[in-house]
Amino acid sequence: MLYLIEQCLNGMQLGMLLFLLAAGLTLIFGIMDLVNLAHGSLYMLGAYFAATFVELTDSFLAGIGLGLGATLVAGIVLEMIAIRPLYGRDHLDHVLGTFGLLIFFNEFVRLIWGPAGLTISLPSQMLTAVQVLPGVYYPLYRLVIILTTLVVALLLYILVMRTRIGMLIRAGASNREMVGALGVNIKLLYTLVFGLGAALAGFAGMIQAPLAFVQIGMGENILILAFVVIIIGGIGSIRGAFVAAIIVGLIDTMGRVFLPDLVRHFLSYSAGSSAGPALSSMLIYTLMALVLIFRPEGLFPASSK
Amino acid sequence: MKVWLTPRNAFVVALLAVLALLPVYSALTGNTFMVTLFTRIIILAIAAVSLNLIMGFGGMVSFGHAAYLGIGGYVVGILAKEGIDTGFIQWPAALVLSGLFALGVGALSLRTRGVYFIMITLAFAQMVYYIANGLDRYGGDDGLTIQRRSDFGGLINLSNRTVYYYLCLALLLATVYFVWRMVKSRFGLVIQGSRSNDRRMRAIGFSTFRYKLTCFVIAGVLCGLSGVLLANHTNFISPALMHWTRSGDLIVMAVLGGMGTVFGPVIGAVALLVLEETLPHLIGFVSYVLIGKEVVAAKEYWQLILGPMLLLIVIYARGGIEGLIAGSRRG
Amino acid sequence: MKRILLTTCAALALATAPAVAQQKTVKIGFVSTFSGPVAAIGNDMRNSFELALDHLGRKLGGLPVEVIYEDDQIKPEVGVQKVQKLIESDKVDFIVGIIWSNVLLASLKPIIDSKTFTIVTNAGASQLAGEMCSPYVFSTAWNNDQTPQAIGLYMNQKNVKTAFLIGPNYAAGKDMLEGVEATFKGKIVGRELTVWPTQLDFSAELSKARNAKPDAVFAFYPGGAGIQFITQYAQSGLKSTIPLYTAFTVDSLSLPRLKDLAVGIPGAQQWVRDLPNEANKRYVNDFRAKYKTDPSFYGSQTYDAAPLLDSVVKAVKGDLTKKDEMRRAAEKADFKSVRGNFKFGPNHIPIQNFYLQEAVKDGEEFRLKTVATIVENDQDKHWQKCKMPK
Repeated sequence: MLYLIEQCLNGMQLGMLLFLLAAGLTLIFGIMDLVNLAHGSLYMLGAYFAATFVELTDSFLAGIGLGLGATLVAGIVLEMIAIRPLYGRDHLDHVLGTFGLLIFFNEFVRLIWGPAGLTISLPSQMLTAVQVLPGVYYPLYRLVIILTTLVVALLLYILVMRTRIGMLIRAGASNREMVGALGVNIKLLYTLVFGLGAALAGFAGMIQAPLAFVQIGMGENILILAFVVIIIGGIGSIRGAFVAAIIVGLIDTMGRVFLPDLVRHFLSYSAGSSAGPALSSMLIYTLMALVLIFRPEGLFPASSK
Repeated sequence: MKVWLTPRNAFVVALLAVLALLPVYSALTGNTFMVTLFTRIIILAIAAVSLNLIMGFGGMVSFGHAAYLGIGGYVVGILAKEGIDTGFIQWPAALVLSGLFALGVGALSLRTRGVYFIMITLAFAQMVYYIANGLDRYGGDDGLTIQRRSDFGGLINLSNRTVYYYLCLALLLATVYFVWRMVKSRFGLVIQGSRSNDRRMRAIGFSTFRYKLTCFVIAGVLCGLSGVLLANHTNFISPALMHWTRSGDLIVMAVLGGMGTVFGPVIGAVALLVLEETLPHLIGFVSYVLIGKEVVAAKEYWQLILGPMLLLIVIYARGGIEGLIAGSRRG
Repeated sequence: MKRILLTTCAALALATAPAVAQQKTVKIGFVSTFSGPVAAIGNDMRNSFELALDHLGRKLGGLPVEVIYEDDQIKPEVGVQKVQKLIESDKVDFIVGIIWSNVLLASLKPIIDSKTFTIVTNAGASQLAGEMCSPYVFSTAWNNDQTPQAIGLYMNQKNVKTAFLIGPNYAAGKDMLEGVEATFKGKIVGRELTVWPTQLDFSAELSKARNAKPDAVFAFYPGGAGIQFITQYAQSGLKSTIPLYTAFTVDSLSLPRLKDLAVGIPGAQQWVRDLPNEANKRYVNDFRAKYKTDPSFYGSQTYDAAPLLDSVVKAVKGDLTKKDEMRRAAEKADFKSVRGNFKFGPNHIPIQNFYLQEAVKDGEEFRLKTVATIVENDQDKHWQKCKMPK
């Protein structure tokens, strides 16, 4: 039981990370109707910026702060130069154009930072596990990730639900033409939303970096998972993204934990060890396919509210 | 009366002539790698043509087309590993399995449209990708070496580099011809009609779902063929063959070449893969002209040019290379 | 029109691409990884090979050397393409390098089919030692399971009763875990394989290890992945409760980053920087002088490839078509290895000692140190499966 709680926390942590990526992706998708494959590149850029600034300032927090600012600027510049001409085009053009951007960013990072990749070292006080419940020890840093992201999610909720900008964002997600017709500066709104999405993606990249590794292409696999999240959650819905991210995080982790043992009952030990992780990765896609077959608009469709 | 001698047709003929004479050039210069490289290009061109059949003509943007490359390849690899070398079993089995998979995926996916269709095809491709990852007996993640190419008795020897090249070229031309005939047929017109207005086609009385599904299955089988050829070409298969970026590459080929015509994707495949090989040299050459010496380091960064090029093509040249040559803009 | 021009230009560039064949040079294709989290390994191998060529006056058997470096990106399908290009387009005389077992397994067919003389300087797939051995392929490294077998023996000495094994899910990862299982006498209470090379977050697996309550954990994570694993191991609070045993996880590339985290974690290796022989002292000192850091075992194995090739080219007086004579010359292993005594088994895999190494703090710097010899003259257990043509 205690073990199960620990694994649930692991699932939550992955889910929170996915949420940070998916939130921006779903807003951009829902409001600008843009499929952005380069979203993972912003995740990568965030991690590279943070790694650089942590190295320069010798402070973890200052590095994260500066990195966040840099990613926001990068996102806004990217939107103004390369993304704007893509609005109003069909999805195929988006896929192709942003695929080109993805290739570009991978090479750009290689040019600036070299091919080897970087690491971010955690402050030494983060290198411990804390007792969250009697008998349940959990790595402090992972706990910090979960809590910080929950705060970010809350702020995002307030921004979207309680502010004027949020009202426009919501209106844009359900009826784009109408918002334009009301005389809102659509261009500016789009740029802001894209910048916000970029900053969220960059933030995800930089908080995950100390656990994983800052490297070229680090955003590609997780980007696909984030797409799965927004499809399951319903395009344009922050709430949907939040719920779906946690579902996907939990399923992935639980699959990794229990499936290998389960498969070993039926197959040999080594076959189970290989098939287990593969099957658990498949679970998520199976879930998405099922959701699409039975609820083609996702769990929380934004437009039908 | 159509004018046949257009710049576009001249270009197509020139490209075909180059492809046909390539092994001769390679034999004269002794550079066998050229044949290896172009065999690969031709095989991937078959996959791009098959994708274009559903994407360009049917409006079904599949983001999981590489799955069929993998299925075709793995059937060959698995049968070879189990001691069944004969191509008379391997090839039909691969094509049938690709077709069945397409039937299943199509039946479920064609209920959705737009970006949901893109994502659900991706989901199915990812499932196959992970199944291949889990096949411990067949190398799992590491992939599988195919010790012998498919055996067709005395009929044809696939191990001969030149023979294999011409076989792939012939199959590419056959595929292009087949798809061209299909597009021009009544069947093809229904498919294209349903792309522009599905509801109207149904109102006229066509069961567009069945037409589209058939089209989807045919594309799957053709791409499965490409997978069979690829596995025989590299003597090696791995799940990476089905990674989603590979599906992305196929889309790039089709769009880059031009989706409006049957031959466009062939141009796209040749252009993309030749660019991959030559951009480094071109960068070196340009740097030589500009500053008088070849900057070796700069050659590594050719994708820095390729990426924005794709974006520019999307923004400014919507008919792809094909459209540029023909001088007309298709949308 | 401009496009057509560009295409023609591209075609021209392609046509002129193959370099003009140069007479009387030894052409070496060097395949390794120069990008991603394990790029440090590739760089260390390249640096060591370059240093070895410097020591030989940039000549092998009296002939000038040209080395073409290719990056396999840790991907088997990329590796096999690069190997094919080296063989068919560059027409290299030798292939050297290859870190990853799965890249090696994918590349073996074109190498063997074309009879390209190859020195593998790291990848130790069991198949190479066994059924897929080839007269023209040699290894200056080891077979995958030898090092973990040594660690398994050491765990027995330390009276470990239960163990939890974890490693990446690719050819070498499986070989490594099987290696420990072959010699470890206690009970295996868990065995996890993680997705390679993408999975670098081990949260679920570490929770599992904690829950299994073993006496010890054995891990194999090469390159940057090792840094991540050991960091997360410490971070989850496991380091203070369950001892960690490793193979190829703590090395002189990861040590400067791991620092204190690596102290007290034992590993086995066939070469350590402080092995007392002249060739090794020269290697380590010159490497430190040139690159300002310690070489790793990856480098040491690759360094050895150069004098080995030198002896081979000398034996045939530069006539690189005499493959059988080259093979006989290589089998003699007539060169000074940085690990002291060096000889090949009948399957062209070295027979060698394995040492226990530990990280120690030496002033401000962290270094690896030989603690003991675990096994002497160890031969891999696959050699009888190798049917080497005479």
